[in-house]
Amino acid sequence: MAQQVASGLAMGCLYALAALGLVLIYKTSDMVNFAQGEMSMISTFVAYTFLSVAGLPLAAAFVLAVIFAGLFGLAVERAFLRPIQNAPVITLMIVTLGLYLIFNGIAGWIWGYDPRSFPYAVVGGPLVVGKVIISRDSLLVMGVTLFLTLALYLVLRFSLAGIAMRATAQNAVMARLMGVPVKRVHSWAWGISAVLGAVAGILIAPTTFLDPNMMAEMNIKAFTAAVLGGFSSLPGAVAGGLLLGVLENLVAGYISTEFKSTFAFGLIIIVLWLRPHGLLGAHHRKKV
Amino acid sequence: MNRSRLRFVVGGVLLLALPFLLSGRGYLVYLVDLAGVYVVLTLGLNILTGYAGQISIGHAAFMAIGAYTSALLTLKLGAPFWLAMPVAGLIAAAVGGFLGITALRLSGHYLAIATLGFGVAISQLAAAWEPVTGGFQGLKPPKPSLFGILFNNEIKYYYLELAVVVLLVWLAVNLLRTRAGRAFMATRDSEIAAQAMGISLPEFKTAAFATSAFYAGVAGSLYGHLVGFISPFDFNLSVSLMLLAAIVVGGLGSIEGSVFGGIFITLLPQLFSRVKNLPSVLTGVVLILVVLFLPSGLADLVRRVKLRIIARAGTGAGPGAGVAAGTSAGAGGEGLDVSAGD
Repeated sequence: MAQQVASGLAMGCLYALAALGLVLIYKTSDMVNFAQGEMSMISTFVAYTFLSVAGLPLAAAFVLAVIFAGLFGLAVERAFLRPIQNAPVITLMIVTLGLYLIFNGIAGWIWGYDPRSFPYAVVGGPLVVGKVIISRDSLLVMGVTLFLTLALYLVLRFSLAGIAMRATAQNAVMARLMGVPVKRVHSWAWGISAVLGAVAGILIAPTTFLDPNMMAEMNIKAFTAAVLGGFSSLPGAVAGGLLLGVLENLVAGYISTEFKSTFAFGLIIIVLWLRPHGLLGAHHRKKV
Repeated sequence: MNRSRLRFVVGGVLLLALPFLLSGRGYLVYLVDLAGVYVVLTLGLNILTGYAGQISIGHAAFMAIGAYTSALLTLKLGAPFWLAMPVAGLIAAAVGGFLGITALRLSGHYLAIATLGFGVAISQLAAAWEPVTGGFQGLKPPKPSLFGILFNNEIKYYYLELAVVVLLVWLAVNLLRTRAGRAFMATRDSEIAAQAMGISLPEFKTAAFATSAFYAGVAGSLYGHLVGFISPFDFNLSVSLMLLAAIVVGGLGSIEGSVFGGIFITLLPQLFSRVKNLPSVLTGVVLILVVLFLPSGLADLVRRVKLRIIARAGTGAGPGAGVAAGTSAGAGGEGLDVSAGD
């Protein structure tokens, strides 16, 4: 049981990172980025290219890929989403779905569909804590997630940029009146979100192998985690990710591995049924 | 004979003669058959998304339910096709209604994500539930037979399908003119206003999901018996995305748009099938371009072009032409041959 929970937490951390990216964009610019998973897949492939083609060490490839991801996020926002930022929900959704198809196809052209292996960042035997065996890689994943979540929290809480982002999330019109550069805030959100996605992608790549469809599963899980925590809450995204990771591992361990993902779907339905705004999401009333 | 009736007759004759116009090329007729399946699917999705304003990114799941139901009924129980197809539609409709109840509390992004999860879960279920669905080995639905005729080639199947498609298009056109259809549109335009006008949201949202799922179920049945093989791959997320693309490209909230869209997504992969991925990338590009520059889809483009032609022809014809252009704009909804003329 403790073992299942521990390995679930490591997986849950990755869901949490991806979900954080989704929620960040949703909060600041009020749209769901369906291309999030494909963007992190591309960033992971970029890391792979630096690693295997350019022959850089993993750390350097990681840093370069993260920088690439940030710029990529900014570019996508600038090119595709800024021109239509006031469009209805369905339009925004369809643009990100279109991006999903484009990115997936382009990655297939560039890197092909053969699964490639991606090295683990840390090697060495697993650690034993009491009765629980935990791999070094899982520890790294947890550490990185903790660090990024904390960093994001501090940035949003104390930096001027973070305050601008929170103001935009609260009320975009009012924020603009107060001199917050709302458009730039949207770009930042996309950049940060792409970075979070890239980190999640690079961390998960050793387990899933690298191919253009590697994020398909992860994508659904990130959405589930975000919904679970309430799409509008950053702590909710983290809590949702961890909870999903643990619950899913328990289902896989005690019921059936095949129904792991089906379980995630069932969870979405139940949560939305009982608490449409998620576990930690705020309830918004719509004014006529 | 007035113009709309003439158009109806010409369209009808063309549709009836289509397999012979493509004579000797079984594959082309097969593609037309496939397009018919997608037209039914896009019609259903457009009723839900375009008319009732409820988005679904998991619509292939209803198609899967229909396809598997029909295949299992005919294979395992020996049910005739005329029974299996409507039952497939009804079972899909029942599941759709259930999902609709769930959707009552959701809107916009949340609904999109719930339907996305539903779509993925159903295709995984089809893969995992091996004793019934055959897993990745799939099922092989038999060729349908009706009144002693076995629909064992593309041309025969074409006529079978034509009858079903025409019937469903006719039903859709009429449904949208009833109280239910208007209630769908009112719900789409403003849920609060619709409620204030006495429209029961639970009733009509569930009805929209069920109707839409019925269409998808029937299409799934048609698909299975046409292709002769179904597996979880036929109903994955990308099919759902393509369907959404089809109604956006064709035109949200437009019957003829659904027809264009269905044909568009059948033919696009065929035109560029030599280059891997090109169809999916192109669909993405077209999707974004259409959303940015042609928000009402191809159906609207056709209407605009027609208006311009009439207006140009009208400049020489004196005052009567203005009236002609005016009525034509009013009747713009009744574009494509069978769809509205029937």
